[in-house]
Amino acid sequence: MMQNVLLTIALAPLAAAIIAGLGGRWIGRVGAHSVTILGVAVSFVLSAWVLKGQLLDGAPAFEGAVYTWLVSDGIRMQVGFLVDHLTALMMVVVTFVSLMVHVYTIGYMHDDDGYTRFFAYISLFTFAMLMLVMSNNFLQLFFGWEAVGLVSYLLIGFWYTRPSAIFANLKAFLVNRVGDFGFLLGIAGIVHFTGSLDYGRAFHLAPQIAQQSFTLFEGQSWNAMSVICICLFIGAMGKSAQVPLHVWLPDSMEGPTPISALIHAATMVTAGIFMVARMSPLFELSQTALSFVLVIGATTALFMGFLGIVNNDIKRVVAYSTLSQLGYMTVALGASAYGAGIFHLMTHAFFKALLFLGAGSVIIAMHHEQDMRRMGGLRKYLPVTYWTTLLGALALIGFPGFSGFFSKDALIEAVAESRVPGHAYAAFCVTAGVFITALYTFRMIFMTFHGEERMDAHTREHLHESPWVVTLPLVLLAIPSVVVGWFTVGPVLFHGYFDGAIVVRPEHDVLGEIGREYTTPLAFTAHAFTSLPLYLAAAGVALAWLLYLRRPDLPARLRTALAPVYRVLDNKYWFDWVNENVIAAGSRAVGRLFWRVGDEFLIDGALVNGSARTVGWLAAVTRHVQSGYLYHYAFAMIIGLSALLAWLLWRT
Amino acid sequence: MIGLPHFLLLAGILFSIAVAGIFLNRKNVILLLMCIELMLLAVNFNFVAFSRWLGDLDGQVFVFFILTVAAAESAIGLAILVVLFRERRSINVENLDTMRG
Repeated sequence: MMQNVLLTIALAPLAAAIIAGLGGRWIGRVGAHSVTILGVAVSFVLSAWVLKGQLLDGAPAFEGAVYTWLVSDGIRMQVGFLVDHLTALMMVVVTFVSLMVHVYTIGYMHDDDGYTRFFAYISLFTFAMLMLVMSNNFLQLFFGWEAVGLVSYLLIGFWYTRPSAIFANLKAFLVNRVGDFGFLLGIAGIVHFTGSLDYGRAFHLAPQIAQQSFTLFEGQSWNAMSVICICLFIGAMGKSAQVPLHVWLPDSMEGPTPISALIHAATMVTAGIFMVARMSPLFELSQTALSFVLVIGATTALFMGFLGIVNNDIKRVVAYSTLSQLGYMTVALGASAYGAGIFHLMTHAFFKALLFLGAGSVIIAMHHEQDMRRMGGLRKYLPVTYWTTLLGALALIGFPGFSGFFSKDALIEAVAESRVPGHAYAAFCVTAGVFITALYTFRMIFMTFHGEERMDAHTREHLHESPWVVTLPLVLLAIPSVVVGWFTVGPVLFHGYFDGAIVVRPEHDVLGEIGREYTTPLAFTAHAFTSLPLYLAAAGVALAWLLYLRRPDLPARLRTALAPVYRVLDNKYWFDWVNENVIAAGSRAVGRLFWRVGDEFLIDGALVNGSARTVGWLAAVTRHVQSGYLYHYAFAMIIGLSALLAWLLWRT
Repeated sequence: MIGLPHFLLLAGILFSIAVAGIFLNRKNVILLLMCIELMLLAVNFNFVAFSRWLGDLDGQVFVFFILTVAAAESAIGLAILVVLFRERRSINVENLDTMRG
C-alpha cells in the first residue's frame, strides 16, 4: 500500500513530463499545463497525506527496496524509498512549491514558444527532486542529484538562442561537475568501507569507519570519516552553491523566472543541505568535516550578502540573497543544528519562491525589464504583488512572528551555542549577515515599489497587475511564508520531530540546549526582543530607507567614497575572473601544451607523419637507382651474378 | 696441343667483350642485341668444350636449343626495334629512359 503511494508520488510527475514533453504537439498548450499540474497535484496531495500519516497518526517510517537494478560483486544497486519525517517534510515542500510554480508559469510563459517544453522540464524536475529526497541508497541519491542538475542545465538554457543563457547553463553544468566529482569520491569511499550503497548499512557501520584511517599519499593518513564527509560536502557545495563553487547561481538567473524560483531558490539548491542532514550520522563522527562545513557556510552567508547590496538586477539581488541564505543553512549543519538547517530550508523555500515569483510578476509588468534603476513607485500599479513580496521580504529579514524569523533566530542561537572549531567566526558572520540581509532586501523593495517612478512613459502606460494565475501562487505562498514558522517551530525544532531521521551526538546537541528554554512560539518571539539580531535587522531596514528613500543621492556618494570596496563587490571578489583567467585559461593552456607538444609534435609529427616521411625519403633516395637505362640494369645483373658466383665458389 | 683451358679462355674473352660492349655502348640498341648474341655464343662455346671433354652429348643438344632461342630472340628483338624506331625516330639508348624512377 505505502509502496504504491510512494511510487505514485514519484512517478506521476514523470508520466506528466513524458506526456507533455513528447506529446506536446498533440495535446497543445492547455493539455500540457493541465497534465503536468495534475501530475504534480497528485504528488502534492499524496505527499501531504504521507506527512499527515507520520505526523498525526504516528505511522512508522517506510524503508524498502522497490526494484533491484543489478547486483555486482555483492553490491546491490536498487531503487528504494526511505520515507521518514525528514523526507516527508521535503516531499511536501518540493511538491507544494513546484505546484505553485506550475500554476504561475501559465501566466509567466504565456507568450513563449517553448510553453509545453517548459512544463515538461519542470515536471521532470519534480520527479528528479522527489527521487533524490526519497532515496534510501546512494546510487539513487546520485541519480536524483544528476537529474536535477540536468534539468537545471536545460532550464537555465531554456532560451537557447541567447548566448548569455548558453554561457550560464554551461557554467552551471561545469561548476556542478567539480562538486559532483567530490560527491562521487565520497560515495566511492562509502562503498569501499561498507561494501554497500544503502544508507542503513552505512549509518550502521559509521562508528567503525570513523576508527579507520585512509592513506592516500605515503606517510600521510587521514581519518576515513573526515575524508568521506568532506568529499560528500564538496558535492553539496556544488549543488547548494557554497563558496567557491557558488559562481553558477547568479548566472543561472538567465533562465525564466519560474525556474529561478523553483530550482535556484526553493528546491534544487537545497539538495546539498538535505543531503548533509540525511548524512548526519556520518557527519556527526567527524569534527573536522563539521568545522569545514561551518566555515564554508559562514563565509557564504556573509560575503554573498554583500554582493546583494551592489547589484541592480532585481533577480540577481534575490539570487545573492539565496546564496546567503544557503550559507545560513550550511552553518546550521556545521553547528550540528541539522533540524534548524532543514527548518530554515523549509521556510526559505516558501518565502524565497514567493520573492522570486514576486520579482517575476514585476518583470512581467515591466515588459521584461529587470534593472531596478528603471523601476520605482510600482506599489500602486501592482498592489497584490507589492503586498505579497513585502511579506516575503519581511519573512526573509526575520520580522518577529514570520516564518523566517523563527528559523533564522533558532539558527543563530544554535550557532552561538556551538563549540565546533570556527564557531566564533560563524557566529559573527551569521549575526552580521542579518543586518546585510535586511539592507539588501529592503533596498530591493524600496527601489522597486517605492520612490519616484523611473521607468519610461511607454512602460508606465502599460503597467497593470498580473493575471490571477500569477497572483494566486503569490498569495498561496505568502500564507505559509507568514504563518508556517509559528506552527512548526516547536514540533520541528524542539519536540523531536527529526528523532530517528537525524542523529546528533550529545556533545553537539545545540538545539537541545536551546530547546530547554523553549516554551511557546510567543515566548520565543518575545525573547527575540532582548537579542541582537532583531535590532540589526531593524537597523538594516532603516539604513535602506535612509539611503534609497530619504536621501537617494547618498548611495552614489558612498560609492565614490568607498571606491575600492565598491570595486571588490562590483567584481564579485573576482571569483569569475579567477575562474575564467586562471583556472579555465590555465586548463586551456595545459591542454594546448599537450595538444601542440604531445599530440601534434610527438604523435602526429614524430610517430605518424614521421614514419611516413621516413619511408618517403627512403623511396626518394632509392628511385635514383632506377635510371631507366638498359645498360645500368644489365650491369647490375652482371655484378649481381658475379657476386653470387664468387660467393658460391669461395664460401668454403 | 689445344686443350680445354684454351676453349674456356676464348669463351671468357668473348663473354667479356660482350659485357664491355653492353656497358660502353651508349648509342645503338642493335649493338646491344648483338652483344647479347655474343654472350650466348660464348656460353655455347663452353657447352661444346665441356661436352667434348666429358664425352657427353647433352651439352651439344643444349647448344642447339640455345641457338634456336637466340634466333627467335633476335627476330623478336629486331621486330620491337623496328616498331620502336617508327615510334620515336631513334634507336639511341640514351633516349630510352621512360622507365626512369
